[in-house]
Amino acid sequence: MLLSEPYKRLASDGLWGNNIVLVQNLALCPLLAVTGTATNGLGMGLATLVVLVMSNGIISLNRHLVPAEVRIPVFVLLIASLVTLVDLCMNAWMHEMHKVLGLFIALIVTNCAILGRAESFASKNSLALSLWDGLVMGAGFTFVLVVLGAAREIVSSGTLFANASLLLGDSFSFLELTLIPNYKGFLLTALPPGGFIMLAFIIVAKRLVDNKRAAKLSQVDVNEAIPEL
Amino acid sequence: MNLKQLKARVTYQTILLAAYALIASALLGVADLNTRDVIKLRQEEDLKASLVQVVPAELFDNDLVKDAVAVPADSDLGTGETLVYLARKQGEITAAAFQLTAPDGYSGDIKMIMGLNRNGEVLGVRVIAHAETPGLGDKIEVSKSDWILNFNGRSIHNLTVKEWAVKKNGGIFDQFSGATITPRAVVNTIYKGLLFFDKHKSELFN
Repeated sequence: MLLSEPYKRLASDGLWGNNIVLVQNLALCPLLAVTGTATNGLGMGLATLVVLVMSNGIISLNRHLVPAEVRIPVFVLLIASLVTLVDLCMNAWMHEMHKVLGLFIALIVTNCAILGRAESFASKNSLALSLWDGLVMGAGFTFVLVVLGAAREIVSSGTLFANASLLLGDSFSFLELTLIPNYKGFLLTALPPGGFIMLAFIIVAKRLVDNKRAAKLSQVDVNEAIPEL
Repeated sequence: MNLKQLKARVTYQTILLAAYALIASALLGVADLNTRDVIKLRQEEDLKASLVQVVPAELFDNDLVKDAVAVPADSDLGTGETLVYLARKQGEITAAAFQLTAPDGYSGDIKMIMGLNRNGEVLGVRVIAHAETPGLGDKIEVSKSDWILNFNGRSIHNLTVKEWAVKKNGGIFDQFSGATITPRAVVNTIYKGLLFFDKHKSELFN
């Protein structure tokens, strides 16, 4: 691996060990609002990723100037301005994409994970590390959004990545699958309560995987320890 | 005095906060100035694209977006003035189109655009924005179901008041299984739009 140790650790934290949703349980508002389909989850995830990288970068650059007493208002101001700037510029120069992602961009303001990363990471670390943290945390968030969106979409309407070509362009229309033809639909999972229920299943799945891994590790430790006895 | 001592002082913190607010406002102001016209242009293109869906292209040769008349607030169509876009063919008005909002959808407003010919018959209706339940209420979108096309050719003259309702209420328009509120709101609002057009027809066409 080309990555040095702190970068590797950040990557595994962001994607799995300290995942924004699965472990920190942050960003639930935008999460439940848009994960009705896998495509929407992907859109929200990518928009958040971009904003998170930029906000981490800006906060990190300003970290030496801002005293602890006023850091929260300054961070909120910076993040809100950044989101508004992204929204305006996309609306003007990437209008087609804005029509699809515009809704998500406004929702990013409600995402406490952005302020969370600013506060707990970017305000204490170098620019490069902060950018990397934004990237991997954003990727971890996107990953959960897509999995949750896919699970809800399959159960609620029997399709996967419906309307993906609207978000990614016509060349991605192959992603749009109808997994269960003539499916009657299961409304609950399309509604917010279904989002909570599905999220709970995913968190349980993650815990189970972690437990299994931990058990395996401790077993290996025991086996290795025996010859030394 | 070093930066650490400086940062602990209230004066520094106040000035810093004010400076950040000033820079952020300035940035946003500049961005707004630079994007405002472009965004307006894009929105006009969007509007034009939705107008073309409800007024057939062969009915006009003018710029619909520029040819709009503001009709003041009207009891039929809720608060605020309505912009009516006039379609002209060789100067003659052939059709009109306007946006209308159903305030009583299942979850929030349902925004629509409707085109009518001179006789007050529907040329087309499309839902522009809504927040109805996916899989149930969203059949009002033309991409999900052709239900909305049932309004084509209808007017307040070729259907009775009673027929302007969903089947459950004795009308002729289908409701969706599991969702009655959404189609009912759409039918009612289209009917109100037709009444609105009928009332203002003479002033619009003169």
